[in-house]
Amino acid sequence: MASYSTNEFRSGLKVMLDGEPCSILDNEFVKPGKGQAFNRVKLRNLNSGRVWERTFKSGESLEGADVMDQEMEYLYNDGEFYHFMDPNSFEQVQADAKAVGDAKNWLKEQDLFTVTLYNGAPLSVTPPNFVELEIVETDPGLKGDTAQGGTKPAHLSTGAVVKVPLFISQGEVIRIDTRSGEYVSRVKS
Amino acid sequence: MEVETPLLASAPVTDPNIDAITTAHPAGGEHPMYLQTSPEFAMKRLLAAGSGSIYQICKAFRCGERGRRHNPEFTMLEWYRTDRDFGGLIDEVVAVVQLAVGSQPILRLTYAEAFARYCDLDPFGASLSELRDYAARNMELSFDSDDRDLWLQLLMSTQVEPAMPEDHIVVVSDFPASQAALAKVTCVDGREVARRFEVFYRGMELANGYDELRDAGELLRRIRRDHEVRQGAGQSLPPIDRLLLKAMQAGLPQCVGVAMGLDRLVMLSNDAHRIDEVIAFPLERC
Repeated sequence: MASYSTNEFRSGLKVMLDGEPCSILDNEFVKPGKGQAFNRVKLRNLNSGRVWERTFKSGESLEGADVMDQEMEYLYNDGEFYHFMDPNSFEQVQADAKAVGDAKNWLKEQDLFTVTLYNGAPLSVTPPNFVELEIVETDPGLKGDTAQGGTKPAHLSTGAVVKVPLFISQGEVIRIDTRSGEYVSRVKS
Repeated sequence: MEVETPLLASAPVTDPNIDAITTAHPAGGEHPMYLQTSPEFAMKRLLAAGSGSIYQICKAFRCGERGRRHNPEFTMLEWYRTDRDFGGLIDEVVAVVQLAVGSQPILRLTYAEAFARYCDLDPFGASLSELRDYAARNMELSFDSDDRDLWLQLLMSTQVEPAMPEDHIVVVSDFPASQAALAKVTCVDGREVARRFEVFYRGMELANGYDELRDAGELLRRIRRDHEVRQGAGQSLPPIDRLLLKAMQAGLPQCVGVAMGLDRLVMLSNDAHRIDEVIAFPLERC
């Protein structure tokens, strides 16, 4: 793996720090006119999700991390692992619950997810910003109540529960913003 | 008098913390030339030749300096006064800054006062391990060093500058003698201090001024020390500017001088957060 000097640290660059794969979030160059230059760097530990801050002397370097983002299709859950497939190479990987994290709320077979691979194994799974899922259970829809803006809980095919407007019925497909977990709109079938 | 000096020089600054951009000699041959990191050497040659007080606005270049407040090619306003003293130059620099940012109040501190106020440290008396421990308590570090000045510079940049009051133009003077650069060194209260000041606004360094060193022998000693530091760190050993040395030997008049980062002044007068906002084409767009 290549190594990168502080002046090559860019947001998104994946590097190894203290044996952990990290993604650089921010790199502030600090230098007095007369004096040593430093780089104050913020990194996200891709294993723990924690943000680290580290101050380097300019010119120090870090090893690159073998981390890549891959668009992959969700296949199924075998009870322990979640299986994803590269739709081009048909290569399959299995992710554990920790790697999938909150993305499990939005996993629908054949949808594409961004799987972050570290040394070829899934480190994290990021859902698309919007997903379309079917409501499997909710209270009956109330006609004529559209203006009042009330909401009710709806159970989705993935097991997740989201708040939906009162007029939405069981069996309908809705669009959800995965970043906020909120209902966006009804999807006409 | 306004002057203009060449951007190309046969010898760069020897300061271990400043790297000049090297370029081929236009006339060929084995010796490279250097883009100036400031017009200081050429202007001092003019002063030694009897120019009297001079100023210029020019480009300066520094290798590897890129960030929110740095572009490797930047604009400098530099001037020298043979008719003012150290305090008189500080007043003039503050007046120029006020032209850009308005007549904000001034806070004058010595280097020791600034550290005492914002770091609760005595920068002259604190031991190496006290400085290092203070830094390590305040940030995660990837390095160690037994260079006191490195720790002082780190604390200045990361603790002192950000803690300066937002609405004051802050002048810090009397730097440690080890950070004198080309300023005279005098004794104040039994301490060796450099007759050097810096001006800050909103925690950003704007200008660096000296009561200029005139002793050619002392200049040579400082160059030798720079070379030793560079050698120890495996850095290149730049040639010595013999033209400057000759001018200093012939006699530099008593003078004070200052270099001001003009891009930063423009940033402040426009509430810009990044230097890229005030440069049409920063490095990545050249």
